[in-house]
Amino acid sequence: MAAHRCGLSLVCILIFSTPAPAPARDQFQEELVIRPLHSGDIYASFQFRTLWDTDFLQERQKKVSHYRLFPKSLGQVLSKFSVRELHISFTQGFWRTMQWGQPFIPSPPGAELWVWFHHTVSDVDGNWKELTNVLSGIFCASLNFIDMTNTVQPSASFKPLGLGNATDHRFLRYATLPREIVCTENLTPWKKLLPCGSKAGLAVLMKSEKLFHSSFHSQAVHIRPICQDEQCTSKAWELRQTLNVVFDHYTSGQGKKEWSLFKMFSRTLTEACPLASSSKVYVDITDNPELSPATHLLSRAVVLGDRRTYSVYDLTRAETFGQLRSFNLLLRWKGDNMLRPLLHAERYVAGFGLQTGEIHTVIYNNHPYRAFPVLLMDSVPWYLQLYVHTLTVTSKSRDNKPSYIHYQPAKDRHRPHLLEMLIQLPPHSMTEVTVQFERALLKWTEYTPDPNHGFYVGSSVVSALVPSMVAMSTNFTQDQPLFSSFVPVKEESSYFVRVYTEPLLVNLPTPDFSMPYNVICLTCTVVAVGYGSFYNLLTRTFQVDEPSPPLAKRLANFIRRIRGVPLLA
Amino acid sequence: MSNDFLQMHLKAVMSCLVIFLYKVHTTKAGQFFSSGHTNNWAVLVCTSRFWFNYRHVANTLSVYRSVKRLGIPDSHIVLMLADDMACNYRNPRPATVFSHKNMELNVYGDDVEVDYRGYEVTVENFLRVLTGRLPPSTPRSKRLLSDDRSNILIYLTGHGGNGFLKFQDSEEISNMELADAFEQMWQKRRYNELLFIIDTCQGASMYERFYSPNLMALASSQVGEDSLSHQPDLAIGVHLMDKYTFYLLEFLEEVHPASQANMNDLFKVCPQSQCVSTPGHRTDLFQRDPGSVLITDFFGSVRKVEITKDTINLTSPVEPPIQRSGSGDIQIESLTYVDQLPVAEIIHQKPKQKDWHPPDGFILGLWTLILLVFFQTYGIKHLKHIF
Repeated sequence: MAAHRCGLSLVCILIFSTPAPAPARDQFQEELVIRPLHSGDIYASFQFRTLWDTDFLQERQKKVSHYRLFPKSLGQVLSKFSVRELHISFTQGFWRTMQWGQPFIPSPPGAELWVWFHHTVSDVDGNWKELTNVLSGIFCASLNFIDMTNTVQPSASFKPLGLGNATDHRFLRYATLPREIVCTENLTPWKKLLPCGSKAGLAVLMKSEKLFHSSFHSQAVHIRPICQDEQCTSKAWELRQTLNVVFDHYTSGQGKKEWSLFKMFSRTLTEACPLASSSKVYVDITDNPELSPATHLLSRAVVLGDRRTYSVYDLTRAETFGQLRSFNLLLRWKGDNMLRPLLHAERYVAGFGLQTGEIHTVIYNNHPYRAFPVLLMDSVPWYLQLYVHTLTVTSKSRDNKPSYIHYQPAKDRHRPHLLEMLIQLPPHSMTEVTVQFERALLKWTEYTPDPNHGFYVGSSVVSALVPSMVAMSTNFTQDQPLFSSFVPVKEESSYFVRVYTEPLLVNLPTPDFSMPYNVICLTCTVVAVGYGSFYNLLTRTFQVDEPSPPLAKRLANFIRRIRGVPLLA
Repeated sequence: MSNDFLQMHLKAVMSCLVIFLYKVHTTKAGQFFSSGHTNNWAVLVCTSRFWFNYRHVANTLSVYRSVKRLGIPDSHIVLMLADDMACNYRNPRPATVFSHKNMELNVYGDDVEVDYRGYEVTVENFLRVLTGRLPPSTPRSKRLLSDDRSNILIYLTGHGGNGFLKFQDSEEISNMELADAFEQMWQKRRYNELLFIIDTCQGASMYERFYSPNLMALASSQVGEDSLSHQPDLAIGVHLMDKYTFYLLEFLEEVHPASQANMNDLFKVCPQSQCVSTPGHRTDLFQRDPGSVLITDFFGSVRKVEITKDTINLTSPVEPPIQRSGSGDIQIESLTYVDQLPVAEIIHQKPKQKDWHPPDGFILGLWTLILLVFFQTYGIKHLKHIF
């Protein structure tokens, strides 16, 4: 009781001694976009954005110490390692472009991390190594396996998505871990970075049992500096947390093209996050699905070269939740038409045996009359030794010479291969890039505990400015929906897209790990038997030994000795 | 007569003292101060890989669940799982790990943080976590930051044999290595008391070689015996848990943070009639009597509460950073985004100037050889013609 009273007085003192808080210069927005796909699956994309008007990298200012909406763990990481841009994603499953179209924010299977450091950093590699270790602790992932053997420095791909003019690629590092597993232990710290956690707002829907029972699940964190206003005179830091999930028509949808929030997430929305300045749900109604509850708010946006119409539900308004104080969406559709994606890529390994092979990357340009260039980036681990003289690029069965090639050969156990090419794709064609390789024999300790599973090769990245049929808007407005404002649009006639291919799984010649034991046993046995026999032959002398006579003879000899008669033989 | 009176007086005083001490010992305050630890840590390790070893992950997660429920926070738990069962493609219910058949209890939950997973669970990493000899860039969640007043619970499960425990089907840790690691921990004062539980075949062999003080050990089977698994689930297709940990979980579900259950109750968990193997324990290195050691001393967490009657003056808050208008006149020109695919720039990109490295040892050696042969053949007098 004394403790309670003291506690209360302490609290009273606290309330009276803190002054009025400084005006808030950070804001938080959340949105959910639901897009029905023609195959019966449904695509849900969550985006949470925290905008903060501060500067982590300014030395003149006092160090930032008051964090409100921006998570402190990430803020401290950014200032300690002088990070200009950070993009990290964890994905389970592969995005099927031909069936689902283009995602809002693409990501390769496994874990991907690419970082632009500030130009004041003197030791980029040291900062990169420490940054991966710190991030592995924050996200409970094995990012500490990122080291020099799987980090590359792309020379033309992965330009910064944020503000800035200097693009010296010495400050860029890119790495993927295709083997990385994504599960609840990665989602838990990701949810804890949100201002409202998983207690209010859209994050209430994120229950791992439903999210991981899907065809595709990707969670990402993107941090970059962006324009604070339309005039773009000052910078603000943007933290975007995105979660893309595609629920399967058959395993989660029971085979019906009828979905609701409850069916997808086993939860309904009850309130918006109180710390959010805007909290919206967008539903793609371009193909005229049946939607209930109906809403009059509509929004038209040009996303990925396509003009789409969205129904908007504003969760900050109480009437969205109705009488039952809960918001559940019901969506039903029948249509089958889908916009064919203009750019699509595949990759596979050809060949047989455990010595050589061939990597084929196939890029499809489905535009009927326009040709456009694409930048293909391939990062192959050192144990697949590429023969660059066998590199061929063919389009429509004719040789297609790339206008830019950057190749950095691998150094065994030190650096992977990096191949970047700018290829012009003819209209309505298929371009094939092939390169032969030889598999290396690894050292005994370099094999994983399950080497017969195979070794992964990370996805290739195809970046392109695809010509758009519909004019894109280059204006930047504050109330633009988040899903259309991720990639900055510089010109109206094309949009930037990044397509990831499948990762490859190759078998390396694997030794039989029980062999050393077998060899030692066999060798020791042979040596013991052989040496032992020789030793005996050389060092022992042989004598004839009389066997002991049988009992009857012994008895007879005894009696004869008593009688004094000569003994038997 | 004064002698008798003195003796009687002394006896009375002694009996009073004894009664008083007994009362102190049995009151809650007495027990609180007799344990001697101020914080709790747990290191929970599952060492098996592959889908058919689902039960080992379920074992570890059920102990994790109990330990979290009884109060140890995630920051004080180092959880090492050698393979992922929850999001394994063979799991018919993703993001779940069940311990009872008919999918009654999901021990994976919604709030799990695994510190070491997959290939990171190796003998080296385990010993480094115990002894604290980790590389400087290791994050805090992967470190065992215990001190000399920490009670640590260590739980190991997997496949083992007489004197060793197998890690991930490719390496082993021996009982001598483990004993030496605990000795290192003792010498560095990294624990106050340590409870070691192991659920493998022939588990008792792992604690035979311990020689550091304040260690208590429990194993699921004696040397020469196998620990058996409990029950398969036909929907999932594998055995869900091992017998010993199953009954341990059942026992721990009854324990709550204020429970008075002690170690003697823990030793009675899973007798031979239920477990088929004979669980063993070792308490000779432990200083306190096991009957006075509470289960929550190791499975729960101590929260130290200090009551104070003083008022505390808070310092003035941090000043807000310099206003934007002050530094605004430096950046008048508008900032722009970078072109994502500047084709013209890329095509005309000059190749990077490679840093000049001094010639390699091989090249130097080759040139030295050539020069040596040349001068040997033709004589030194030609040197002045060259230089």
